[in-house]
Amino acid sequence: MSILGNRVQRREDLRFLTSGGVYGDDLSIEGALWVTFVRSTMAHARIVEIDVDEARRRPGVVGVFTGADIDLPAMPAVAEAMSRPVLAKGTVRFVGEAVAVVLTEERYQGEDAAESVFVEYEPLATVVDAVSALTGDVYLFPELGTNVALPMNEPQADDFFDGCEVVVRQRLINQRVAPCPLEVRSGAAAWEGGRIVQHASNQAPHGAKAAIAGLYGLDAADVRVIAPDVGGGFGAKIALYAEDMVLPWLAKAVERPVRWTESRSESMLGLGHGRAQVQDVAIGGSRDGKVLAYRLEVVQDAGAYPSLGAFLPALTRMMTSGTYDIPKVEFSAASVVTNTTPVVAYRGAGRPEATAAVERAMDLFAAELGMDPAAVRKLNVVANDKFPFTTPTGTVYDIGDYGGAIDLVLEASGYDGLRAEQAKRREAGDTRQIGIGVSSYVEITNGAGPPGEFAKVEILAGGKARVYTGTSPHGQGHETAWTMLASEQLGIPMEEIEFVANDTDLVAEGGGTMGSRSLQSGGLAVHEASITLVGKATQLAAELLEANPDDVVLDKVGGRFHVAGTPSAGRSWSELAEAAAGKDQELVVSHSSSPPGPTFPFGAHVAVVEVDTETGQVILVRLVAVDDAGTIVNPLLAEGQRHGGLAQGVAQALMEEVRYDTDGNPVTSNLADYAMISATELPSFELVSMATPTPVNVLGAKGIGESGTIGSTPAVQSAVVDAVAHLGIRHIDMPATPERVWRAIATASDSKKEHS
Amino acid sequence: MKISVTVNGEKRDNEVEPRLLLVHYLRDVLALTGTNVGCDTSSCGACTILLEGQSVKSCTVLAAQADGATITTIEGLAGPDRMHPVQEAFREHHGLQCGYCTPGMVMAAVSLIEEVPDLDEAKVREGLEGNLCRCTGYHNIVKAVLAAAKTPARSAS
Repeated sequence: MSILGNRVQRREDLRFLTSGGVYGDDLSIEGALWVTFVRSTMAHARIVEIDVDEARRRPGVVGVFTGADIDLPAMPAVAEAMSRPVLAKGTVRFVGEAVAVVLTEERYQGEDAAESVFVEYEPLATVVDAVSALTGDVYLFPELGTNVALPMNEPQADDFFDGCEVVVRQRLINQRVAPCPLEVRSGAAAWEGGRIVQHASNQAPHGAKAAIAGLYGLDAADVRVIAPDVGGGFGAKIALYAEDMVLPWLAKAVERPVRWTESRSESMLGLGHGRAQVQDVAIGGSRDGKVLAYRLEVVQDAGAYPSLGAFLPALTRMMTSGTYDIPKVEFSAASVVTNTTPVVAYRGAGRPEATAAVERAMDLFAAELGMDPAAVRKLNVVANDKFPFTTPTGTVYDIGDYGGAIDLVLEASGYDGLRAEQAKRREAGDTRQIGIGVSSYVEITNGAGPPGEFAKVEILAGGKARVYTGTSPHGQGHETAWTMLASEQLGIPMEEIEFVANDTDLVAEGGGTMGSRSLQSGGLAVHEASITLVGKATQLAAELLEANPDDVVLDKVGGRFHVAGTPSAGRSWSELAEAAAGKDQELVVSHSSSPPGPTFPFGAHVAVVEVDTETGQVILVRLVAVDDAGTIVNPLLAEGQRHGGLAQGVAQALMEEVRYDTDGNPVTSNLADYAMISATELPSFELVSMATPTPVNVLGAKGIGESGTIGSTPAVQSAVVDAVAHLGIRHIDMPATPERVWRAIATASDSKKEHS
Repeated sequence: MKISVTVNGEKRDNEVEPRLLLVHYLRDVLALTGTNVGCDTSSCGACTILLEGQSVKSCTVLAAQADGATITTIEGLAGPDRMHPVQEAFREHHGLQCGYCTPGMVMAAVSLIEEVPDLDEAKVREGLEGNLCRCTGYHNIVKAVLAAAKTPARSAS
């Protein structure tokens, strides 16, 4: 019986539950000094002078350094002129940018000493919002004469909406949010015999290794990166940060290992943010509900130094038209720099933004026509016989049943009954109105970077196995899922399969974990390597059994190779391992998977909210989710991914927003001010299964990490608008906080009074 | 200053700075790194421990204030090779992913189950409001706590 598809409990959990994981700050590093950064308190300023004399005299201080001391090149950026020095040189461009660093013997001494570093700033004009950055004349890099880091303009057709009976336009704010992994950034660096050994709380150690080697001008072989247990990443820990990159330099300067753990308040400014798009949508179609043309224009706020965030519109572009078969689609974008924390990838990275835009557009279109939003969606989704389907922006969807997902979620949520309840409350003039939001989504997974991943599977003496992976698990449960995949092929129990990841000295190559890529790339590699290894072992067993390899089979229940039909004379993995050692052979396979491309999970969500029309308070009552990620290896893990994504999606729709004042001062710079979602704001989720295996890989598996986020945000936002739609409200921007909802209601009733 | 505390059944005497937070005493002085730090505003609950049997955010207490107290951390809840029913339930119901909030979440849950006799979903959600998790969406945490609350062993914990 296959182990795949079973709810196998996680192997990882025992140590997490009994002694806790070993995260960056838990590492025991002999002789390490504590690194504390002095951070800019100005959003945009010229550094006049940095006085470090007093700090140098503080107890325990071993070294104090500023940008002027550091002879490293700037970190690579989209445009060289916009690249970021590891410590600010001359100018600071966002609050929280590191301007100096102190090294101390003890943790608390670092904070004391950092407070004794005095920085004199000459304030410069700031630009905080992305649209002003695009159109105004305050520049972060004046020599460039523009804040545009990356333009993605496409010619706009004047006759684009010709033939449309109805055209609706709306500006949407896909607000900036903070990824908030529970573990903040931490790291350590030491020089060992000319090599850098770096610990980093990171999702892609091999990428980190290449980045360090590049900045320090070293051979890749001279850098080792280890990601210890990582307490969540959500995209924000894909790349190393300036603070990580300067650690080896500091370790060299003081000839001692150094370690660093930021505070949450630092993390809210230093760890990259997500989303941050201003979107203009225009949707046109016929009065019977058929969408004929859709245009999306994006201004992406990349923050002060353009990194991954500047590329988000490229992912948004790929998914512009969502699940819909729209004849004409236009997309254009500009990524701009602002005096804010740099924007990076955050769970979904560019695709939630695409889905939010097209789903909001669909709702606005439906509202204009007076049609049911679910019905309009069903009318416009890509038909099942059109796959593989090429969208107008050139993306090729593998397989889908978008209408089926909508049907399923409507049925599971009792949609008609919900509408009846809504009608009843409206009729009664209830102050607690209910709103129902429907979303239909498709997303791209394993869509950025090379689609393949590395794995190594080896048989150890005694017949145990060891799996190495280039993915970088930090909560996803790869140890469990990958050993399930190996066990399935090798016939070796999971408990006898060791698991190695997250150390570039132990794993030859790796792409890391991001973009919902791991199972379809790394899991696939383990699956394929295991099959190859069985083939290799079959050859050896045939030799030992003096049989034709074609006649030798592996009995996966007992883990023994024997000639088909004669199970009594066989060879166990243990015996094969011993025989191989005797022949100076190794039972090991290193393999990189090479799937032909990305996959496109899809689904549909229904959210039900209750809105108090007197206070604007929104309560999420139900969230019903159909998420189709193809074949599921372990439903327990897949459901966990969906739950987490749903919560983060709800958080964006209702609560979370990183905010700055007009001078660029952050006003949400800790977890007391930033409304990170808690258990009280969420219901238990209602998950509905749907599985359409992808033809892209033999596992039939698509990514599951980001679906929850992508589908839930528009469903919840839509539900809030729907709850007050009878008051004439068509749109409320995210997050739909009580204040914002209350204002929308108040404005609507004012305008009603004016018109009556 | 000198403090004397009993941590996970073991008496510990240490010289500490008066300003040392209890969480840093546990982590940096006693090397009990199972208790984590997730914020600096007492918002996240990752540092939750049991102080005299009750859940407390150990970043809100000075080590000096804990002088003479009995403390249980995740390492001492059941011992190295055993699991408390709440730990068991978290494992069975997949109530953890990256594991960072987990020690604090488990300690808060143990205390909640002790304090509230008739837990239901709403009470669990309210009771865990001070413990943040970014991975699980709380769904399976709530499930695990409700399951643990029903296990006969709860009074033995």
